[in-house]
Amino acid sequence: MKRNGLLWPYVAWMTLFTLIPLGVVVYYAFTDSLTGAFTLANLSHLGTYLPIFLRSIFLSLASSAICLVVGYPVAYTIAQARPSRQRLLSMLLMLPMCMSFLLRTLAWVAMLEDTGILNQLLGSLGIGPLPLIRTNGAVILGMVYNYLPYMILPLYTVIMKIDPRLIEAAQDLGCNGRQVFAQVTLPLSVPGIISGLTMVFVPAVSTFYISQKLGSTGTTMIGDVIESQFKTAYNPNLGAALSLVMMILIFLCIGFMNRFTDQEEGVMTL
Amino acid sequence: MKRLCTILLALALLLPVIPARAASNEITVYNWGQYISDGSDGYLDVIAAFEEATGIHVNYLTYDSNESLYTKLKTGGSTYDVIIPSDYMIGRLIEEDMLLELNFDNIPNYQYVDEAFRNTAYDPENRYSVPYTWGTVGIIYNTKYVDEADVGSWDLLWNSKYAGKILMFDNNRDAFAIAEALLGYSLNTTDEATLRQCAQKLVEQKPILQGHVMDQIYARMEREEAWIAPYYAGDYLYMVEENPALAFNFPEEGFNIFIDAMCIPKGAANKEGAEAFINFLCSPEICGQNLEYLGYSSPLSAAKDYMDPELAQDPIAYPSDETLARGESFSALPTETSQLMDSLWLQVKTAGSDVTAYLIAAAVLVAAAAALTLGLKLRRRRRLAQRGISRRMNQA
Repeated sequence: MKRNGLLWPYVAWMTLFTLIPLGVVVYYAFTDSLTGAFTLANLSHLGTYLPIFLRSIFLSLASSAICLVVGYPVAYTIAQARPSRQRLLSMLLMLPMCMSFLLRTLAWVAMLEDTGILNQLLGSLGIGPLPLIRTNGAVILGMVYNYLPYMILPLYTVIMKIDPRLIEAAQDLGCNGRQVFAQVTLPLSVPGIISGLTMVFVPAVSTFYISQKLGSTGTTMIGDVIESQFKTAYNPNLGAALSLVMMILIFLCIGFMNRFTDQEEGVMTL
Repeated sequence: MKRLCTILLALALLLPVIPARAASNEITVYNWGQYISDGSDGYLDVIAAFEEATGIHVNYLTYDSNESLYTKLKTGGSTYDVIIPSDYMIGRLIEEDMLLELNFDNIPNYQYVDEAFRNTAYDPENRYSVPYTWGTVGIIYNTKYVDEADVGSWDLLWNSKYAGKILMFDNNRDAFAIAEALLGYSLNTTDEATLRQCAQKLVEQKPILQGHVMDQIYARMEREEAWIAPYYAGDYLYMVEENPALAFNFPEEGFNIFIDAMCIPKGAANKEGAEAFINFLCSPEICGQNLEYLGYSSPLSAAKDYMDPELAQDPIAYPSDETLARGESFSALPTETSQLMDSLWLQVKTAGSDVTAYLIAAAVLVAAAAALTLGLKLRRRRRLAQRGISRRMNQA
């Protein structure tokens, strides 16, 4: 029990910067912007924002799925490489993250615009300007680009730690390469898949910058609405209510995804 | 990121207002983006000139709409000494007791302000504000792509021929004013049904818009990423220097005439320094050179002597009385109307998504996840059963 004393800086930090502010968010979500009286009005408007919630969830699920498909082979390849090369590759993977997130997104704007680099290149080949920017696809692209490392890193860590003896055993017992992958490697990397999906989904679903820069007037995400409540509309109460609902949704999603890990571990221990 | 912002903001609300530092040689100016001559292209660097003349250091920050300025002031946590809101926002700030009365003994240059810009509707007794510029709102368009025959009315912004190339204001007051002018209403209407009708009009516009923007308009119009945008006449004069293909139109239905004026918000740390700054900007020489760069119109006739005579006679900066007669200025709206406009604007910004498509997509995803869960469960059960059988067989 004595060791718990070491926890107090974290507990103090948590209370000061997470629990109290969370309480403030809850307080604002349930009070009226003018009078400060208790009200459910902020939450009762949520139906209006249902399409935006759905769109945010859809776009971020789609980008999480793409991140998984693109990221898994990369993580697998890095994990199979020689240790010295592994270090180099994972450093290269981190490299773009050293640059500002906002700058990287703005760079995509310059690439995808109607008068941007890609369309100018296409134009010189005689292909008319394509609608690249201000589409759902552009928003998903922006999310995948920005959050892909968050998928690869946990996957790489988990795949690297898989005991090679298990794979050798499977090979000894007559599995071909595909069977080894499907029956040993993939099931054992499920925890990595789950944490990767969570780490991509959570920031993606609450983003506002990517959808503002790469999206159209029809791709408003819930993060944009929350930002506008605090930045221009001056309705922190509605903003707090939306944040609260968003948070609950994210918790539900994480809880749902974690069920998979529990079950897989259950299979493994049996 | 968003949660972090929320938390920080919430904390800022919790904390008592930090006592302002009584720095006598420092002021914080909070102004619109690209709204002061900054020394580029050989123009006067107004802030540097002020610092040199008075020895007061200026912290210069910018915002992109009256509404974000208002939110910043309301949420507190920061102190500003000089702000430059527009007429209707000044009215609202006065009504909510958020401005300090100016000491005109420290602003002798107020004498140069034209009679037309005194005793305004927003500050009838001239107690809180000193005009900085005035101007008009109209349509900026690119003559290379836009047919002259389509120009003349606000409905150019609803013309689907230019879909994807039209920009719109990203602030509710300016955006609603356009719908109000187009539909033939006053720009200061407080009628709920009228405002709802205007919101509907703005929703109809969304599918052909490239986006709702403010300061980004400069880059997009100059690079011809967008071809049509409503904006402030002064900014048109700035943009046309960069791209001569741009043109400006005062729509026939009428348009907004605005005054932006300098004020000192409550909580200012250095009121005298702020008044020195306001006085400095009000001297005809500085005002003339500043506005020559900005392109906005001067509320000081005396300042025209210090400008390029071409600009001083420019029909867009200083339109004819006939054109100005079509203009209408904003007055401060009652709180209920402001709030209604805020919520209608939010509806406009978020409208237009196809709910069914996302419902189907979400349902498919949920179904897939459910099927996966079920599949895993079944597989586990089958495995358990198989193991049970093999164990029993071994025992036998």
